[in-house]
Amino acid sequence: MDQILFALLNGTIYGLLLFMVSAGLTLIFGMMGVLNFAHASFYMLGAYFAYTLQPLTGFWLAIILAPILVMGVGILVERFILRHVHEHGHAHELLVTFGLSVVIAEMIKMVYGKFAVDYRVPAELNFAAFSLSGIDYPFYRLFMGGIAVVMFIAIYLLLTKTRVGIVVRSAIYRPQMVEALGHNVPMVFMGVFGIGAALAGLAGAVAGAFYTTNPNMALELGVMVFVVVVVGGLGSMGGAMAASLLIGITNSLAVGSDFRIADLLTWIGMGGWAEEIGGLLTMRMSSLAATLPFFIMLLVLVLRPSGLMGEKE
Amino acid sequence: MESVSDTILSVEGLHAHYGKSHILHGVTFDVARGEVVSLLGRNGSGRSTTMKSIMGLVPPSEGHVRLDGVDLAGQRSFAICRRGIGYVPEEREIFLNLTVDENLEMGRQNGPDGAAKWDVDQMFTYFPRLKERRNTRAGSLSGGEQQMLTMCRSLLGNPLVMLIDEPTEGLAPKIVTVVGEVIQDINKHGVSVVLVEQKLTIAMQVSHRVCVMGHGQIVFEGTPDELNAKPEITDEWLAV
Repeated sequence: MDQILFALLNGTIYGLLLFMVSAGLTLIFGMMGVLNFAHASFYMLGAYFAYTLQPLTGFWLAIILAPILVMGVGILVERFILRHVHEHGHAHELLVTFGLSVVIAEMIKMVYGKFAVDYRVPAELNFAAFSLSGIDYPFYRLFMGGIAVVMFIAIYLLLTKTRVGIVVRSAIYRPQMVEALGHNVPMVFMGVFGIGAALAGLAGAVAGAFYTTNPNMALELGVMVFVVVVVGGLGSMGGAMAASLLIGITNSLAVGSDFRIADLLTWIGMGGWAEEIGGLLTMRMSSLAATLPFFIMLLVLVLRPSGLMGEKE
Repeated sequence: MESVSDTILSVEGLHAHYGKSHILHGVTFDVARGEVVSLLGRNGSGRSTTMKSIMGLVPPSEGHVRLDGVDLAGQRSFAICRRGIGYVPEEREIFLNLTVDENLEMGRQNGPDGAAKWDVDQMFTYFPRLKERRNTRAGSLSGGEQQMLTMCRSLLGNPLVMLIDEPTEGLAPKIVTVVGEVIQDINKHGVSVVLVEQKLTIAMQVSHRVCVMGHGQIVFEGTPDELNAKPEITDEWLAV
């Protein structure tokens, strides 16, 4: 029971981390229609910037400054690369941002080496929040989850209660009309892109200390955040949160599960047959865990192509 | 810069293209302060393109658009709006995913003089129906309500000149009358209006002057009475 509770809790926290990264992509891809494959690279940059800054500024200032630096990188990318490519369509955007993600990863390797760097949770945050069956649960996980929740509330309020939010939500549908009402749409998009990048940077700065900060971290998370945005529904912040939690929890439960289809068949007396056949029937759920998010995405795309909470005009 | 005169908007030699199609062939007309000028003509005569071109949505390939003497041709449409030109498009282009209040908020800004002459309450006085539906998603409004919303949205930008494209198209006769009255009222409050209107009776009733367009040019300019006195113009350029 405690194991399941741990799995649920870990899954929730991992889901919240997915949300932190995909929140920015939801804004950028979902609302502006910009296909940015390099989004998770901003997550990685956030981790490396915070790692570099930490000895100079301390942890707290590092996780504030790193996202600001990443925002600067994001703004430059939008202004000087994506803005020129956007009009040529998604294929161009995908190729350019894919190239960009490779360039960023290679630059990180050149500067920091191919292996993980020693970016750690600071001592003052490295303690157990509580114990279950004698196992300590790290406070830092809850800290990451808390940041994600605060981020969700902040973005939600920004999008629904402020003028900027209204402009962002309308600009994706009718950019020309928004502009004719006196709003500088390219500037708004640049700002949104910068904020999206900063959110990913913050996620990296915070999560990089807990998980590992290595040159592959962008690649590992990059595809998953696209899955989240598609499953949640393009442009839906609530959908991104729901999809992140769904994928995080499913993943975490599956990793700890020894369930096999053969076990299910044993109940109806076909266990022996299943063991003989083997293959998928005797594969443990834990080894399928990595595939599950994609299976969920497949299901959602077939049953509900606009995503769990996709907004359609 | 021209000296300040009674002319608020001066369009001079405006040419515009859609891709390779040459749509406007040197459109020239003036709008005086506090005046309502209607652009009349058949479909395809270039009236809507003239509006879009003034607004910077179809960038002019040649010519000048001067507002209070300042040339706006070639500027981005957000800058043109901030200078004091409001635009009510034929397609209405309301934001269907936003509420009525949020749509109005999209248009709200101080005028070029820094003052906010119009507020939401005034809009609800014009169109009480919008007040009842202020928290409703604009996508569920009727055509008439959407037209009211798009006019109010632009008016809240406190423009000096309003470009209003086909405001009565597809509306019930009762709402057509209300829209006509509102145009006259905002004009009384000092807003100059350029109106594109298919319904000749409405255009003649609210306009101080009319310009008839044909083949992307102004082919007649005068008061409604002067146009009435020239049935040959009506026959050649306006009759269906």
